[in-house]
Amino acid sequence: MSGVRVLVGTRKGAFILTSDAERKEWDVSGPHFAGWEIYHLKGSPVSPNRIYASQSSGWFGQTIQRSDDGGQTWEPVGNQFTYEGNPGTHMWYDGTQHPWEFTRVWHLEPSLHDPDTVYAGAEDAALFRSTDGGQSWHELAGLREAKGHLWQPGAGGMCLHSIILDPVDPNRIFVAISAAGAFRSDDGGTTWKPINRGLRVDYELPDKASDVGHCVHNIAMHPSRPNTLFMQKHWDVMRTDNAGDSWDEVSGNLPSDFGFPIVVHAHEPETIYVVPIKSDTEHFPPDGKLRVYRSRSGGHEWEALTNGLPQSDCYVNILRDAMSIDKLDQCGIYFGTTGGQVYASSDAGDSWQAIVRDLPAVASIEVQTL
Amino acid sequence: MIRVELPAHLRTLAKTGKMVDVEVNGTATQRAVLDALEATYPMLRGTIRDHVTQKRRPFVRFYACQEDLSHESPDAPLPEAVASGAEPFLIVGAIAGG
Repeated sequence: MSGVRVLVGTRKGAFILTSDAERKEWDVSGPHFAGWEIYHLKGSPVSPNRIYASQSSGWFGQTIQRSDDGGQTWEPVGNQFTYEGNPGTHMWYDGTQHPWEFTRVWHLEPSLHDPDTVYAGAEDAALFRSTDGGQSWHELAGLREAKGHLWQPGAGGMCLHSIILDPVDPNRIFVAISAAGAFRSDDGGTTWKPINRGLRVDYELPDKASDVGHCVHNIAMHPSRPNTLFMQKHWDVMRTDNAGDSWDEVSGNLPSDFGFPIVVHAHEPETIYVVPIKSDTEHFPPDGKLRVYRSRSGGHEWEALTNGLPQSDCYVNILRDAMSIDKLDQCGIYFGTTGGQVYASSDAGDSWQAIVRDLPAVASIEVQTL
Repeated sequence: MIRVELPAHLRTLAKTGKMVDVEVNGTATQRAVLDALEATYPMLRGTIRDHVTQKRRPFVRFYACQEDLSHESPDAPLPEAVASGAEPFLIVGAIAGG
C-alpha cells in the first residue's frame, strides 16, 4: 500500500486530499462541483479509481457523478430516483401522514464485489440500487414495508444515512434511518426487519418498546466480525453482537454520549472511536474542547484523544458521515468538521494534525487506502 | 434555432457555455425547448423540471423578452423573438436563501 486518498464532501463542493503512506504532506485537489452540496463520495473497494459522488442543490435537485480515474474527471450518470409503486405516506412531524417525497441522496455505498453495483441511501428514507454504474436506480421497496408508515423525520430530515454490506454473507445488508432506526435484510434487500431491541428511548418515544422511531445517527462494523455492530444513537453509544437482534449500551465514561459518527479501527475490532457532542440542542463539543474518544474494549471504557486538537473555544460539529479510517499498518483516523477542518491521525488517534482547515462545512469523509 | 441561457450550476453540470442553441420542430414552447435541451444534454434531466411530473422545480424560473414566463403553460407558444432566435430563453436559479 502506497498512500491514501481522502474524499471530502462539503456544503460547497468536493475535495480530494492525497498523501503517501507517511501521511505527513498532503495535496489538496478541488473544489470539484464548486457551489454544489456534496453529501457523500465513496470509492469502489474492488476498483478504487471508480468513485461515486452525490451532488445536490436546493435549486437543481439531485445528480450522481462518477469518476473512473480516481476523481480527476467526472461524468454525471443517472439521477432518477423514483419510489416503486405507490409509496403512500409516512408520519409527519405533527403526527399526520405525509406523502413520500424524494429530496436527495445522503450516502452511496459501492458493492464489495462489483464496481458497477452501488447502493444509495435517500431522503425521504429509501434504499436504491444501481447495477449499471449509476446509470439507472431501482428502489429496494421492501424496506418501506418495515413499518414505513410509522417512520417520522428527525430535525435533519428522514434520511437513510448508513449502509453496511456484510463482507461474509452477500445477502445481508444493514441500514440506518434517522429517525426510524436500524434495519436488516437477510435476502439481498428484498425483505427487511427492524433491529432496534434494546435501544433506550427515555425522551424520544411514547412507546419505549416500539420497533421503529429510534434516532440512530450512525452504525459501523469491523469486516472480521459481521455480527458485531457499533452504533452512535442520538443519545447513547450501543453495540450488538448478534447482528442487531439486541443492543446494549456501552457509553461508559464518555463526557456526553450524544454524537454523530462512530468508526472501528482497521485492525482491532474492539477499538472504536466517537466524538462526543454536548447535546441535541448544543451541537458542539463539551467545554469547547474537541476530543475524540477511543475505547479499546469495544465500549464502556473510553479515553480522550486530544493531542493536536483544539482544547479551548472550539464549537464545531462533526456530522455522521464525516469520520473514516485508512487501512495502513498504523491505522489512520480522519474526521471533518462543520468549521471546514479535516483532522487526521496517522497513529490510531494518539496525535492529530489538521491536514486542511478552511474548507466549507464538511459533510462527509471517506478514505481510500491505495 | 433557439438560444437558451443556462444558470452557472447547470453550465458546469452540462460542461457547456452560458448560451446553448437548440433546434425545435414545430411550435416553440417551453416544453419543446426543454425537451430539445434535455435531448442534447441528458444530464440536465431532473434539474430543471421533475422527472415524473415534468413540472418546473420550485426555485427555477423562466424569463424571455423582459417577462417572467415561469407561470405560463408549458405548451403556450414562446414570444416570436425567442422562436426566431433574436432573444434568448433564460433559465434562472431563483434568488433564494442566504
